[in-house]
Amino acid sequence: MTIKAFCAVLLLSLPFSAQAALVLQHWKTPQGARVIFVESHELPILDVSVDFAAGSARDPAGQAGLAQLTHILLDQGAGGLSDTAIAHRLADVGAELGGTFDRDRAGVTLRTLASASEKNAALDILARVLQKPDFPQAVVTREKQRLIASIREAEADPATVAGKAFYRALYGTHPYAHDEAGEPDEIERLTRKDLQGFYRAHYSAPNAVISLIGDISRPEAEAIAARLAGGLSSAPAAPALPKPAPAPASEQRIAFPSTQSHVLVGAVGVARSDPDFFALFVGNYALGGGGFDSRLMHEVRDKRGYAYSAYSYFFPMMEAGPFQLGLQTKLAQTDDALKVAQATLRQFIAEGPTEAELKQAKDNLTGGFPLRIDSNKKILEYLSLIGFYHLPLDYLDTWVDKVNAVDVAAVKRAFAHHIDPDKLVTVVVGGAGAR
Amino acid sequence: MLGMRGMLLALLVIGSAHAAVTDVTLDNGMRVIVKEDHRAPVMVSQVWYRAGSIDEFNGTTGVAHVLEHLMFRGTKTVPPGEFSKRIAAAGGRENAFTDRDHTAYFQQMQKDRLELAMQLESDRMANLVIRDDLFAKEMQVVMEERRLRTDDQPQSVVYEHLMAAAFQESPYRRPVIGWMDDLQHLTAQDARDWYARWYVPNNATLVVAGDVKADDVIALAKRYFGAIPRRALPVRKPQDEPAQIGEKRIVVKAPAKVPYLLMAWHAPVLRDWQKDTAPYALEILAGVLSGNDSARLQQSLVKTQQVAVSASAGYDDVSRGPGMFMIDATPAPGKSVDAVEKAIRDQVERLQRDGISEAELARVKAQVIASDVYRRDSLFYQAMLLGTYATAGLPPEALAHRVDKLRAVTARDVQAAAKQWLQDDELSVGVLDPQPLKPQPHRAPVPGVRHDN
Repeated sequence: MTIKAFCAVLLLSLPFSAQAALVLQHWKTPQGARVIFVESHELPILDVSVDFAAGSARDPAGQAGLAQLTHILLDQGAGGLSDTAIAHRLADVGAELGGTFDRDRAGVTLRTLASASEKNAALDILARVLQKPDFPQAVVTREKQRLIASIREAEADPATVAGKAFYRALYGTHPYAHDEAGEPDEIERLTRKDLQGFYRAHYSAPNAVISLIGDISRPEAEAIAARLAGGLSSAPAAPALPKPAPAPASEQRIAFPSTQSHVLVGAVGVARSDPDFFALFVGNYALGGGGFDSRLMHEVRDKRGYAYSAYSYFFPMMEAGPFQLGLQTKLAQTDDALKVAQATLRQFIAEGPTEAELKQAKDNLTGGFPLRIDSNKKILEYLSLIGFYHLPLDYLDTWVDKVNAVDVAAVKRAFAHHIDPDKLVTVVVGGAGAR
Repeated sequence: MLGMRGMLLALLVIGSAHAAVTDVTLDNGMRVIVKEDHRAPVMVSQVWYRAGSIDEFNGTTGVAHVLEHLMFRGTKTVPPGEFSKRIAAAGGRENAFTDRDHTAYFQQMQKDRLELAMQLESDRMANLVIRDDLFAKEMQVVMEERRLRTDDQPQSVVYEHLMAAAFQESPYRRPVIGWMDDLQHLTAQDARDWYARWYVPNNATLVVAGDVKADDVIALAKRYFGAIPRRALPVRKPQDEPAQIGEKRIVVKAPAKVPYLLMAWHAPVLRDWQKDTAPYALEILAGVLSGNDSARLQQSLVKTQQVAVSASAGYDDVSRGPGMFMIDATPAPGKSVDAVEKAIRDQVERLQRDGISEAELARVKAQVIASDVYRRDSLFYQAMLLGTYATAGLPPEALAHRVDKLRAVTARDVQAAAKQWLQDDELSVGVLDPQPLKPQPHRAPVPGVRHDN
């Protein structure tokens, strides 16, 4: 084997592949739902997602879990069909109905074969689920118990416990503070009427984004979108969420019978619309987003063997989402690992990435861009993101240029502006707890 | 086949809708499988070694997975960390995974960067350097991985303990990550021995899927892997699992809020993909029981009886070792594990007594056919299937004809499989008995534990 000569040649000559441009088509249905469509005939399938601003941030006070439970109930009886009938009709045509749910968004996804009979049967179910959920009383009672049980089950998972405490410390009284799944005692009190009310107010056409990709024509996509939006209410689009205030510095130690501590450190970060997003995203690759290529992984894992995973990310949301740094380490070395992570973050904020680190980040992100859109499923997620967050239609066309435009000074400025190393929120779950 | 100059070439054109799969063996015994898919200008390259935890010995469990970690820590010419750095600089995503049957390494990149992946991958097949200091660090990382994925996950502990009880002779009784005590006593030399034993071209399969030409891939593979000499592989003992002759039960007490039940029956897997019928019937059976809201466990246990908040069945018909048909469930609030177990046993009895309906059969087959189309949306998954089949000793034809084989299953076959394989005497049951979520007192370190620097 001779491999001595290869690196110099290869790494210098990596052209950016010609990428067949994705054509995003955008329109509004007569009812006011926004639609994004990509026509793609290579596979005989159709993927649809319909998203609403109906995530857990829309839970009314004292009803944490209402948004999640409403979302769960959509396909558990709709348009006169029982939950069983819905499940059977979908399975009979090999269709897959799924859901996405977070603090901002509640979405329903459908994947079906593009052949006419399968597609029509699947779309019929999707339309019923979106437009006519029945919220049968017995099913509401059952699903409340299941949701509560899943929350209880997750209480044995230190990562979940840490995540919940982190959001609470970060967001205080903001609607992003409570967990997406809600609170068991508040779920217990929810009624069928509550669900119906939440559904009517949030699952409306003006509040909907319909994304489609697959083996259909533009006229057919228009017809499908009109059919899906047609039976939705005309309740106005959801009002803006309040702006989160910066979180005060805090440190919580939560006792837990685990062999490891789960450590989270962070701050309120940025919204999707923030002009600093790309500088933070690219810069964070060097800090903790680039896996084995990042400083955190190098310092915490490679050099010291403290953890299997060490990372950081910005999670941009409709309003400012979190910046989070995390690791898990055995109890005895918790403080040592935390110190290394804090020092790594502090130094990065003070000095920014090196030119070499930034080049590496940009090379990876731009060179890896084609992998972000190499399947219908991945493209559908981007369509939904672009639609829901009002990103420009050419978001994917300009993505590589925006990454390339980031320089060291921009990263440094953006980090310094958004993350104050003296005002970090720290959560440690594991061991005996408060010292 | 020693001394042959050319290549053993078998070009399979499988199905009309699918692109061709090319399956070639190089002179040195390395197999190369290429699946062309020109939808996007990208490719995935995977090198599969037929070396997983099934090939490990007592006392050094976990070494297959530890070696996987060490494969990123430097060769004679590529310094530690450089592998990942170079792939990343070229826009790639890369990682590796170890399972019971295999260890595999992959890179996902733009199509014209395959050569870089092959250069680096072939280099570490032959030239790995395991440094004592880096080994020690990596062992700490692996132990943290074990804590994260198993020790602090009560349901994972149940699975680990149940496998250790259900299998008596088969190496499947040992966890892929390794027992903690073995990890604490593993040496760099154990890892070097493992590497020397299994990391040879005649124990490896390269799978490339994506916007590539098979001829180009084979030429590159010859250039980079073809020069690595073959070496004799150790004899693998069958270690066949003796028949289980009575039900087994284990209980795991761990901090948790909710109990959990896992039931596992010994079951066959595909050996002769053309003649075997039971594994296909068991796949359909798993689909009848679980997989979506229309399936029996969800319908009966979760929705109608409301004795469980979740319940599912699992069966994998492709593996090197013995198979298992599993059902797991979480009881509903106020319901006991016993009640859930009884409800599952009732379902099994009903299957054995009354079989399944034609409507259920048709429904599961519709899903099989549809998911065969859906999976073409993922290059990585297509390559995964080819690699899994190859390391399990099944030809690509077995994969290509899988849908036909599943479509041929009758309701009677499914009932017969349920009768034959879901037998009480071949069953092992694991139960999670939740303990209060109170922090444990600090334990003194076990003697012999490697201490931190």
